[in-house]
Amino acid sequence: MNIQDTIFKNDEKISYLLRSLYARYGYSHFKMSQFEEYDLYVRNKDFLISDSIITFTDTNGKLMALKPDVTFSILKNSKYAPGSVQRYYYNENVYRVSKDTQAFKEIMQTGLECIGDIDRYSIFEVLTLAAKSLQTISDSCVLTVSYLDFIYEIMDSISLSTDEKNAMLKCMGEKNLHELSKLCAESGVDAARADALCQLASCYGKPETVLPRLKKLLTGLVKEETLASFKNLMEILMSARWSEILRIDFSVVSDMKYYNGIVFKGFVEGVPVSVLSGGQYDRLMEKMGHKSRAIGFAVYLDSLRRQNMPKNYDADVALLYNEGVSADGLHRAAEALREEGLTVQLQRTLPPKAKYGKILQFQDGEVTAVEADA
Amino acid sequence: MKPMLNIALPKGRLGEKVYAMFEKAGFDCPAIRETNRKLIFENAENGVRYFWVKPSDVAIYVEHGVADIGVAGKDILLEYEPDVYELMDLDIGKCRMAVAAKEDFYDDPEHTLRVATKFSNIARNYYRSQGRDIDIIHLNGSIEIAPILGLSDVIVDIVETGTTLRENKLAVVETIVPISARLIANKSGFRFKNEPITKLMEQMSKLLEEEK
Repeated sequence: MNIQDTIFKNDEKISYLLRSLYARYGYSHFKMSQFEEYDLYVRNKDFLISDSIITFTDTNGKLMALKPDVTFSILKNSKYAPGSVQRYYYNENVYRVSKDTQAFKEIMQTGLECIGDIDRYSIFEVLTLAAKSLQTISDSCVLTVSYLDFIYEIMDSISLSTDEKNAMLKCMGEKNLHELSKLCAESGVDAARADALCQLASCYGKPETVLPRLKKLLTGLVKEETLASFKNLMEILMSARWSEILRIDFSVVSDMKYYNGIVFKGFVEGVPVSVLSGGQYDRLMEKMGHKSRAIGFAVYLDSLRRQNMPKNYDADVALLYNEGVSADGLHRAAEALREEGLTVQLQRTLPPKAKYGKILQFQDGEVTAVEADA
Repeated sequence: MKPMLNIALPKGRLGEKVYAMFEKAGFDCPAIRETNRKLIFENAENGVRYFWVKPSDVAIYVEHGVADIGVAGKDILLEYEPDVYELMDLDIGKCRMAVAAKEDFYDDPEHTLRVATKFSNIARNYYRSQGRDIDIIHLNGSIEIAPILGLSDVIVDIVETGTTLRENKLAVVETIVPISARLIANKSGFRFKNEPITKLMEQMSKLLEEEK
């Protein structure tokens, strides 16, 4: 009997498989306490997915928070050592406001962080783990990768206010080209740059089709080394065994205050939202006064719940018995059924509203079928 | 068999107009033209399945991935802010979101403005950007009556021709944003059904160009 198939729900199974995947790559398990000081989150609230935090005053008068995020706790404890990289994975409950219900929810989140002297290999490794995480969840998956430095360099070369930049980024994230071109025109962005931003936002495809277009599109608008660095990284990724699921998509954008370089999102067929999200967040590290660079991602296990197979009944078998039957005989009959892999519930009479795959009766040492409507 | 492209259309005249465009673009489903009360129509050969839903619900069907694409008014997208791609402006169903008030309305800046609307989020965001203190009165219909009866100072609502406003002695004070129908897509569906969605967008762009 396969215990995982009968007892574990899909998201629970995946959570165990991901933990073992990350451990194989030398990531250590980061276990944190349920609460953190509120102060840790307050200065960089925008980094959090939802900025509502459950707070309470601790016995010593300090304002505490039920953790809305794990990354900050890992960063707080990281130490910079030149040339080295710290690798952590986590599997924690976080507390956030759900967009659907506008109420707080406990959400199980798994993810990893790679902090220190991040080089090309570290980025490749994190993207490989993101791809393998998606493949663990489903055979039909896509990892979409974007490069924020292109967008930043184009926007920084024109004088735009932060509000204008954010409005443009929002349009890029929605692949909303009609509003993006309107915004560019209103902000006085020249035709070449406006066209580049629009083409980046609409671009979606395999690296081998997108890369040649990029060179033509971005030459003269971004630094040559930025273009070369992205091309170089993509070529490494294209050589990976999982490259079949890789797509370039510049509509994957993140908050300019925290993220830079590579950002990515993962999708699996049948789940309407991204199940994985991550990127480089050197700008956050800098804001927090860290010397290290960092990259990481989170897997939203709650979004996988809808893939759990719903139970159709309380147990495969209801085994009915009358008072006075041999306890030993009844036990043995039930055990024989359980050994066949069935879940068995013993009842003298069927409880109201309960549902069973089949109903059996134990009498005179024999097990016989009972009509469902009996 | 082709994977099905699920399309949510807004019930009513706008939806029928949009279907005619999709049909011309090669995404036809003849069953939809039959007169009956069915809400779901399929053309397996062409790989399309259409649903008729309430116009304000299209974005919900698309955001939750039950529909891969759909057509929704910009008013609905601004009000509910669904996490979807806004792929195209279809240039139909054109109107504007506006602030309207009694013809003799004077906006006293020292007074908290009472705003009656169905579009609370749009109204809140608009006045926040103006730095104006407001009280929202959320109504579900017949918004025009609110300033006449003194329930509110102004209304925020969709204005098409302005006839209803004029007949009730109201006038547009300010246009907040122009509205039209938009082609939207689920962010996951866009990736897994990229080929038919891209094909539809190309065909629709051609149609829009021809109509210009």
